Amino acid sequence: MSQSYNRGLVEDFGRWREFTAGMWAWILHKFTGWVLVGYLFTHIAVLSTALPASNAASGVIAAETDVYTTTLQGLESLALVRVLEVGLLAVAVFHILNGVRLLFVDLGVGLEAQDKSFYASLVVTAAIVLASVPTFLEGVF
Amino acid sequence: MSTQIQEESEEATETETETAPVERESPGDRRREAKRTASDQRVASEPVGEIEGDTFRLKVFRYDPEVEGKMEPRFDDFTVPREKGMTVLDALIYARDHYDTTLTFRHSCRQAVCGSDAFFINGRQRLGCQTQISDLDGPVRVEPLPHQDVVKDLVVDMEHFYDQMHAVEPFFQGDTPDGDLEEQRQSRENREKIKMSTRCIWCGACMSSCNIAAGDNEYLGPAAINKAYRFAMDDREEDELKEHRMKILDQEHGVWRCQTQFSCTNVCPKDIPLTEHIQELKREAVKQNLKFW
Ligand code: HEM
Ligand code: SF4
Ligand code: FES
Repeated sequence: MSQSYNRGLVEDFGRWREFTAGMWAWILHKFTGWVLVGYLFTHIAVLSTALPASNAASGVIAAETDVYTTTLQGLESLALVRVLEVGLLAVAVFHILNGVRLLFVDLGVGLEAQDKSFYASLVVTAAIVLASVPTFLEGVF
Repeated sequence: MSTQIQEESEEATETETETAPVERESPGDRRREAKRTASDQRVASEPVGEIEGDTFRLKVFRYDPEVEGKMEPRFDDFTVPREKGMTVLDALIYARDHYDTTLTFRHSCRQAVCGSDAFFINGRQRLGCQTQISDLDGPVRVEPLPHQDVVKDLVVDMEHFYDQMHAVEPFFQGDTPDGDLEEQRQSRENREKIKMSTRCIWCGACMSSCNIAAGDNEYLGPAAINKAYRFAMDDREEDELKEHRMKILDQEHGVWRCQTQFSCTNVCPKDIPLTEHIQELKREAVKQNLKFW
């Protein structure tokens, strides 16, 4: 063969409409996994304000004006942060539910229902996230 | 064959609506053209499967590195009469025999046995001979298998796929039994267990659908792993042989590359539960590694 034509990755994201359940589950699982890793770093950054705060005088801590408490209160007063928290919950819940689905797949249990279990994890995620909205968004809007 | 490009482009104007502008257009040409476009659009928008004796549009990927006008890949449109029980392969054969003899694709058995006519039909890997036109939305779009180099039109280079298949030693290696008339028996249960895995026709649809295989050329791919499953799970092969087979599979580019997207299982024309077999081999590999006692 003298020459051939390389079309590259034909099934790239341009074909997302044709992706099947298993493919979506894989994409969402990778995405949510890496979002969780990203959150871990911001989480550590915020929590580490507790280190200087622990040196503050007891009166400051009692008055809730130490760095740790003010940082947290400052963040929680932002509507954007509250919305992102709902997003974080969605990401975490989906990753856990689909993670359990993947564990079953690894055990060879219910492989014929793998698409249904993916849809189920989406629905349960949606239900949990919706139920959490009043708690997370209380008093910011 | 490939020298017929001149003739082809003349014929193609009969059917193509997008490419090849008509030379010296007369009002009649324009009228017929408009009528044809309208009827094509009607065919494309009408629900498929109800109209018998009508035509449908077949869009076929064209490419030939050796012919001037075909070096740039493009799609050709063919108008094909709809017939009862017509498959995509039948439609391709019709287009080749009636419009363009240079249209190239592999086919042989026409009954899902030889595995030579796996194409990317309407966005999914399917066998041309197994896919009914009436099951598809129009226009029917036929492309060569994705993630494989195109040699010409719908013909892809299968060399890599065959290399992966051969890498798992796809042949029975059990000892022959002693005594001339001794039979090599397999239990019914064992035969049932490997039954589905024996059905592979080497069409390459699964490998083409797998986006992990697309990004990792060393990955054995679903078909080869399934082939290995067929022999690793065969009780007539000795334990050392199974161990040897597991060594090939228990590698980064073996079973562990699979990320359970189920793409292969979805497209396999022989309904082989590929993901299930790959997962079972993963567990088998873990079990074997844990056998330190
Ligand atoms: C109960 C909680 C969790 C469960 C059940 C779970 C389950 C899983 C499973 C089964 C996989 C493998 C997916 C595959 O086979 O392709 C996976 C991947 C992953 N998880 Fe989790 N996970 C959990 C929590 C987390 C957390 C908290 C993080 C982040 C800090 C995380 C980050 C990731 C990442 C980045 C991947 C992708 C790894 C890769 O690229 O292959 N997971 N998870
Ligand atoms: S496993 Fe199925 S899709 Fe893959 S090559 Fe064999 S028959 Fe084709
Ligand atoms: S022509 Fe043999 S499988 Fe389709």
